[in-house]
Amino acid sequence: MILLRTLGLMLVFLVASLLPSNAAEADLRAIVAKFATGTGFAATEAVVRELAATGDPLVERPLGALAEGNLYIREADSAVFVGNEAGDSVTLLDPLSGEKAGDAAKADITKIKVNNTLRRVIRDALGTLTLRAKDPAVRIAAADTMFKTPDAANIEPLDAAIAAETDAKVKALFEQARAASVLVSDKPEADKLAAIALIGARGDRDALSLLTSVEANAQGAVKDAATAAIANINSTLALWDAGQNIWYGISLGSVLLLAAIGLAITFGVMGVINMAHGEMVMLGAYTTFVVQQVIRTSFPGLFDWSLVIALPLAFLVAASVGLIIERGVIRFLYGRPLETLLATWGVSLVLQQAVRSIFGPTNQEVGNPSWMSGSFDVGQLAVTWNRLWILVFALTVFGLLLYVMKRTPWGLQMRAVTANRRMAASMGIRTPWVDALTFALGSGIAGIAGVALSQIDNVSPNLGRGYIIDSFMVVVFGGVGNLWGTLVGAFSLGIVNKVLEPYAGAVLGKIVVLVLIILFIQKRPRGLFALKGRAVEA
Amino acid sequence: MRGNFSTITKMFSAGVVAAGLIVSAPARAAEDTIKVGILHSLSGTMAISETTLKDAMLMLIEEQNAKGGLLGKKLEAVVVDPASNWPLFAEKARELISKDKVSAVFGCWTSVSRKSVLPVFSELDNILFYPVQYEGEESERNVFYTGAAPNQQAIPAVDYLMSEDGGSVKRWVLEGTDYVYPRTTNKILEAYLKAKGVAAEDIMVNYTPFGFSDWQTEVSAIKKFGSAGKKTAVVSTVNGDANVPFYKELGNQGIKAEDIPVMAFSVGEEELAGLDTAPLVGHLAAWNYFESVDTPENKKFIANWHKFIKNDKRTTNDPMEAHYIGFNMWVKAVEKAGTTDPDKVIDAMVGVSVPNLTGGYSTMMPNHHITKPVLIGEIQADGQFETVSQTPGLVMGDEWSDYLPDSKDLISDWRAPLSCGNFNVATGRCGGKGTN
Repeated sequence: MILLRTLGLMLVFLVASLLPSNAAEADLRAIVAKFATGTGFAATEAVVRELAATGDPLVERPLGALAEGNLYIREADSAVFVGNEAGDSVTLLDPLSGEKAGDAAKADITKIKVNNTLRRVIRDALGTLTLRAKDPAVRIAAADTMFKTPDAANIEPLDAAIAAETDAKVKALFEQARAASVLVSDKPEADKLAAIALIGARGDRDALSLLTSVEANAQGAVKDAATAAIANINSTLALWDAGQNIWYGISLGSVLLLAAIGLAITFGVMGVINMAHGEMVMLGAYTTFVVQQVIRTSFPGLFDWSLVIALPLAFLVAASVGLIIERGVIRFLYGRPLETLLATWGVSLVLQQAVRSIFGPTNQEVGNPSWMSGSFDVGQLAVTWNRLWILVFALTVFGLLLYVMKRTPWGLQMRAVTANRRMAASMGIRTPWVDALTFALGSGIAGIAGVALSQIDNVSPNLGRGYIIDSFMVVVFGGVGNLWGTLVGAFSLGIVNKVLEPYAGAVLGKIVVLVLIILFIQKRPRGLFALKGRAVEA
Repeated sequence: MRGNFSTITKMFSAGVVAAGLIVSAPARAAEDTIKVGILHSLSGTMAISETTLKDAMLMLIEEQNAKGGLLGKKLEAVVVDPASNWPLFAEKARELISKDKVSAVFGCWTSVSRKSVLPVFSELDNILFYPVQYEGEESERNVFYTGAAPNQQAIPAVDYLMSEDGGSVKRWVLEGTDYVYPRTTNKILEAYLKAKGVAAEDIMVNYTPFGFSDWQTEVSAIKKFGSAGKKTAVVSTVNGDANVPFYKELGNQGIKAEDIPVMAFSVGEEELAGLDTAPLVGHLAAWNYFESVDTPENKKFIANWHKFIKNDKRTTNDPMEAHYIGFNMWVKAVEKAGTTDPDKVIDAMVGVSVPNLTGGYSTMMPNHHITKPVLIGEIQADGQFETVSQTPGLVMGDEWSDYLPDSKDLISDWRAPLSCGNFNVATGRCGGKGTN
């Protein structure tokens, strides 16, 4: 079978090489075939350079595949193919035309190895070749690559591309890439000064990086211009840095808020020291994992919706576990904080070990849906999508919870029981049920926090451990029993932490925050927003 | 709440101890077995890494029994759970040696757990096989270090990054978790880099707490440090769980391996299993073993592991190979000595040579460290590592670093007549001190 296929392929090659119109393609084929003869990264790199030197747009396919690690050699006949993995077999495609050329078992083909240096060489080579690509995103990527790896030889193709470019944004990027190349060429000083002005106006870290190396190698007016441009960029970046710290703080604050908001109910409103709170978060994260597993095996098309589907399920799972804990353990321990603390600590150990026995001790992979991956730029500030969504989500959950507490009959009963249990009972409120449902609500909210946190943290049995201390800190700092306090507490702790971090380091930063909180609690034992009322004193 | 904190902490630790006691259930068995202790955390933070090693040991012992045991007796595993609690490690070690009368112990992961059991092993004269890469600066008569010393992992990794293949890196970020292994390793690396002519302003050292999860500031600091016009790389000694959010943040902020590669010493196949590796392709790790190594021994080991654990998705990793080597060395030494008496086995261990999984032989050296090849691998989209560089020969573990002023004159040789773990060649006396 393989022999036949080989013969057939050889025939195809023969015919292809005989046709005069395909002479250039045949040359390319001869070069591509060299991938099979050389060994080691240096040999592969030589072939890549040779391919790139042809300047033929056809080489984009094999080079792109090589960079992705999808270029294979068939062991039987040393033919080179682009391969698409599908289970144990690989679909082989012709490296130049992309036509299907049969299948092969993984054992019969060898992957051509690439390392970072090779990937870089390929990316640079593809940069010049993709300047005229149809997709503007590809052209932008090409401009970006050429900006980062300036080369005097790039000026000519860039000039042609600038003349042909219609998209103003891409054109500007091309001009910056051209300026970068001018700086390393032997063009006259005036051109270089203009180039520095252009790059200086770009003002981002890549520009800074480029100008720093120019400054180190240049003399005279060019050097002075570079120094001035660097100083200019640095002063703008310093401002952006401050903005960035605030944004990071807000983002950390939203994570703290999510982790603490359930606790603000169970500890803040009900006064239960719930050490198993973190485990509710963990259960939510594991629910997300299970949902994604089911989606992966049965409905792969729904993957981007996995988090939305997981939210109500995580709420239900955590809320029912919370309900069981309240009915089974905590209701016997109201008014005995130390016993509650120990019992819930025990429950947390049981839950952790249960998850460890069922799912194993290792991390589980929870994927990011496409709308939660990557980042976008606001000026010089890179905002990652997952952090932004978590912030939106945290505020939404907070808003909903506030609505439930302040505007629904159930919320009214909850607040009545908190304010004065005996009076509430006398008015006909079934306090045990309110307690149970309130605890379930707090646990359920911890569960949906777990869905969000699974996107940025490990999904392992230890997930909850990391958040319990921070959650208590936020609730105590914000003022026990006050939801707004939790909000303000979470964001102020987040921002203080992140503003301190670049100067003090993560370890010292955390210590400083802890010391500040201790001092603050000394001054105001009831936190930022103290709840007033007779029941509180009791 | 005020004033209750010390009570609370006391209760916490009581709870942890209790949890540890409940889980451990030492098996009682007949007299004609040889007992092997397994001292790995099965609960708590370190369970994620150590449980796998417990299973690997059980598999190795089962295989040895299928081959007819040792000295005509069956081997019996005694598993205890020190619950990621460092003082409990010492208690459990004492229990294994005094109560269960084990002939050797395989265990520990973190350096602090190893330091906590050292006095127990020297007092009760038993053997510990320690399978994890560590910071060096130690050599004990009762401990055999089957993981990598810094010169078997960190130094070759940095050499690779400096080479043309690795990208001729000129600027270095040393990012680590704040505890003894990263601190000592980074101290050695800093001294090494400076000896290689790297200027102080081209090195940035940063530490984060255990289990750190908000990496935004650190990653953007790395980005900033990398935009000085020189090729930059990150050398990461970030430990355990903190790696997943670290790599996620790198991916999200768009740091590609081609621009700023991250070389990790604590990230193996196991850690990558919890991650979508597509954005991480090209980031590096240095180990002495990768699951992807293509040798008949390794294929057989992986097949046996999948059969034993009944899950063919479970990965193998470097510390598992270290236990494989250590266990086989111990078996060979016991056969050589003709007894399981720890004292005699310790003397028989030096010079024992067994096949490793990467196609060569590892030998126990007089300093109780072993010879290993060093592999540099790049992360692939399938969560495996592709070896991109390998040391030409085996590297001998060097316990006292040559790059630290306090330890450069020290050597270790446990053979008679020297029999000393910290012999100072400058003063000619036993009993020098290292950095920790």
